[in-house]
Amino acid sequence: MSATAHANVDDHAHDDHGHHHKETFVTKYIFSQDHKMIAKQYFITGVLVMGFIGIAMSLLFRMQLAWPGESFPIFETLLGKWAPGGVMDADIYLALVTMHGTIMVFFVLTQGLSGTFSNLLIPLQIGARDMASGFLNMVSFWMFFVSSVIMVISLFVEAGPAAAGWTIYPPLSALPLAQPGSGMGMTLWLVSMAIFIASSLIGSLNYIVTVINLRTKGMSMTRLPLTIWAFFVTAIIGVVSFPVLLSAALLLIMDRSFGTSFFLSDIFIQGEVLHYQGGSPVLFEHLFWFLGHPEVYIVLLPALGITSEVMSTNARKPIFGYRAMIASILAIAFLSTIVWGHHMFVSGMNPFLGSVFTFTTLLIAIPSAVKAFNYITTLWKGNLQLNPAMLFSIGLVSTFITGGLTGIVLGDSTLDINVHDTYFVVAHFHLVMGISALYGLFAGVYHWFPKMFEGKLMNKNLGYVHFWVTAVCAYGVFFPMHFVGMAGVPRRYYENTAFPMFDELTDIQVLMTVFAIIAAAAQLVFVANFLYSMFYGKVGPKNPWKSNTLEWTTDQKHIHGNWDGPIPEVHRWAYDYSKVYENGEYIISGQDYVPQHIPLQENEEEMNH
Amino acid sequence: MTTLLTLAVLVLIAIAIWQLTKIFELSQLKTAKYQIATDSDNKNNGYMLFAFLVFIYGITIFSFWKYGKFLLPEAGSAHGEEYDSLMLVSFIIIFIVQTITQALLHYFGYKYAGKEGQKALFYADNDRLEFIWTIIPVIVLAGLILWGLYTWTAIMDVNDEDDPLIVELYAQQFNWTARYGGSDNVLGGSNVRMIDIDKANVLGLDEADTYAHDDVIVKELHLPVGRKVNFKMRSQDVLHSAYMPHFRAQMNCVPGMITEFSFTPIYTTEEMRANPDVMDKVKRTNKIRAEKAASTGEPLDPWQFDYILLCNKICGKSHYNMQMKIIVETEEEYNEWMKGKSTFAETVMKDESNIEAHSLSAVSFEK
Repeated sequence: MSATAHANVDDHAHDDHGHHHKETFVTKYIFSQDHKMIAKQYFITGVLVMGFIGIAMSLLFRMQLAWPGESFPIFETLLGKWAPGGVMDADIYLALVTMHGTIMVFFVLTQGLSGTFSNLLIPLQIGARDMASGFLNMVSFWMFFVSSVIMVISLFVEAGPAAAGWTIYPPLSALPLAQPGSGMGMTLWLVSMAIFIASSLIGSLNYIVTVINLRTKGMSMTRLPLTIWAFFVTAIIGVVSFPVLLSAALLLIMDRSFGTSFFLSDIFIQGEVLHYQGGSPVLFEHLFWFLGHPEVYIVLLPALGITSEVMSTNARKPIFGYRAMIASILAIAFLSTIVWGHHMFVSGMNPFLGSVFTFTTLLIAIPSAVKAFNYITTLWKGNLQLNPAMLFSIGLVSTFITGGLTGIVLGDSTLDINVHDTYFVVAHFHLVMGISALYGLFAGVYHWFPKMFEGKLMNKNLGYVHFWVTAVCAYGVFFPMHFVGMAGVPRRYYENTAFPMFDELTDIQVLMTVFAIIAAAAQLVFVANFLYSMFYGKVGPKNPWKSNTLEWTTDQKHIHGNWDGPIPEVHRWAYDYSKVYENGEYIISGQDYVPQHIPLQENEEEMNH
Repeated sequence: MTTLLTLAVLVLIAIAIWQLTKIFELSQLKTAKYQIATDSDNKNNGYMLFAFLVFIYGITIFSFWKYGKFLLPEAGSAHGEEYDSLMLVSFIIIFIVQTITQALLHYFGYKYAGKEGQKALFYADNDRLEFIWTIIPVIVLAGLILWGLYTWTAIMDVNDEDDPLIVELYAQQFNWTARYGGSDNVLGGSNVRMIDIDKANVLGLDEADTYAHDDVIVKELHLPVGRKVNFKMRSQDVLHSAYMPHFRAQMNCVPGMITEFSFTPIYTTEEMRANPDVMDKVKRTNKIRAEKAASTGEPLDPWQFDYILLCNKICGKSHYNMQMKIIVETEEEYNEWMKGKSTFAETVMKDESNIEAHSLSAVSFEK
């Protein structure tokens, strides 16, 4: 039905839909079909609420790691029976680690990040009045909401939430006999994720269709801002890989509840032999990582897209190597689907497969390196406007490099043998995808806050405090962590006191935990700034960052359909910053940028179409 | 006490942030018309970016100086030497790239911080530059890939050359068991369905398989130095991972499957204890343990170095304490130790009257 509504996009403009169509509270704020409102719903559910839970969990287990076996009243308050006398129980430690991973990877950085910015920016930047299907968009959000609620409910079940690690490898996740969290907690986890995947698929299909079909006149694919390229390709990876996770989850549900043996075989536990025969946990690992690895790029690419746009705008320079950036995004997307085996070098799979995956994995370093160098060159000889969004973008490049380089170690099957599943891995992926993606998210929020809240701007000084404290603490937590891993400390250990060889590492654990607590406090500054600015923020200029992209041509006031009049036509790419004539004069005199809807001027040469 | 201190730290941080914001706000009263970076914001944050570069270098140097000695000592296995050199070369490359790129990134952030009237350079493309920084990673990575693959193939080639010792590592929640092939150096067949707790046949050995009769089951792994060991890993319940960090060795234990890893220990436990790095580590650790014992009142035994096998795949509640001691010793010491061990036939099967009757159906699941 929405398809027909959008077939006559042009009439839509003239009938002024938004003005004489009275909206109720429910249609405007709850069951909204407007992409701008849905974006905000995603942000509040995915990032603010789920993000808060996820980060709070990490603080709890970081405290346990720094002061193992210590009693903390806060443990007893928050964990109740799982922390008798304020001492954290080993089962709940694993549950916290598991849920932290699940929530941060899927809820915050997948749907929280993509859901917010794909929804907000795709229609605005390609010049569309809304997503291809506003209705499906709404359905996608509400399924995400339901899956979040189920995931949160799972925290409160009798035997505790899922605790088999966020990768939920069977048999541990399949057998309630193996650990209490694999009972009702794991069932809810699987139900929640099944709904989540459906939500993600509906959302992704919508993004893809919108980008392909609803671009305004003149907006060829090679004039798209890199944000849109990133969201578009991210959605494609999601469509390719998420169904495989769904199948893995379904088969696991079958094994758990209907006695099949897809992933289980030859099991003797708690004094009895189980009937399972012929399945293989390695099969599950293949299926899980077929999504799991692309997932890393589902998390990271949108952040890189946001960074490209924010960095170019604030550097007052075109992004360096626009086409190379697109090629890198495509190469990363393609390679991301054929590298999953590097999570499984020591899983027992054929070592020859390990060789193949080493090869493809190290190849992915090439487009990643190109992107990093292109960002650095974009800064060179710029006129950098160091807004909080710009600082987060620079911070992203920094953590992306630091975290990415250690991938050379982990992607090499030989070197992986001894650091596999140690804190080295934890440090690597937190820097390269966790922190980097969060930085991209923050950059996006600071930059597009005016588009979310009708022209209001966030407080920049609180933004600076937020950035600098976070930047220092992120390195403070994760840089020393590499050393813990290189000392041989495995991840997911409730405490390291059972091994005297790890005794001297306790000091590092304390240091990391202190940094983590400070970093979390800095996020409260962000939340306060966000909420305050949402209600009391000062309205800035219409185009506060002097940006070229189309979203800044819309009215500050949100209207259904985005543009009051006809949709602007696009005449150039998005990166004509500081473009000059041969005589050194700006194309538009006195203005160092030329928005996309401005026609080519006389004597002006078009760059990159 | 610790809680109080933590809370105090949190409060102080909160105050510090609040004050910091206030200072920022006060210093920019005049210009804060909109929340958009002004020239002075650009200047200050440009300096901060430069300071941040110093911070990154600082934390790197600090970590190496303070924590570098915590890293694992010299490898105790033959392939471990190759592993360590590959690791070293990879890290040298990583640090060169890290130092240069972070410097460029943050220095440009400082150097080109925005000023009123400063003109940015319209610089959209340079094929040659992009070619250079595509081809350099390609060459470097090709080298690393080839070296890595060569080493990988050598390490993962588990074969029967050089008369390897065959050892089974058996994982269950939450402990390890090791099984030797006995005098014939062949492991007898086994399956979880043959586990008989009443008879203490905990590894599910096939009593009908004569190869199993002389198998020796132990809770402490002893290995003769200089002899290749082929490990066969099994798990009876969930995934585990046999991680022997000092030997640069790791392999998952998968229920329903036998996985393999092979290495040759090159230093005995005694030799490793005499390694200067290890001696330093033991000294440091025992100092910490003594201090801890003194402060908590609970006695802690002094530690001496031992090779160790850890579980490195999340396996449930006591995952963090699933370990087995490994002792590498001379051939003679090993033989001596082995002599004192009883075989499967002598322990579990001793009540059986007619072992031989079963031997007709002797089928070895694994050779």
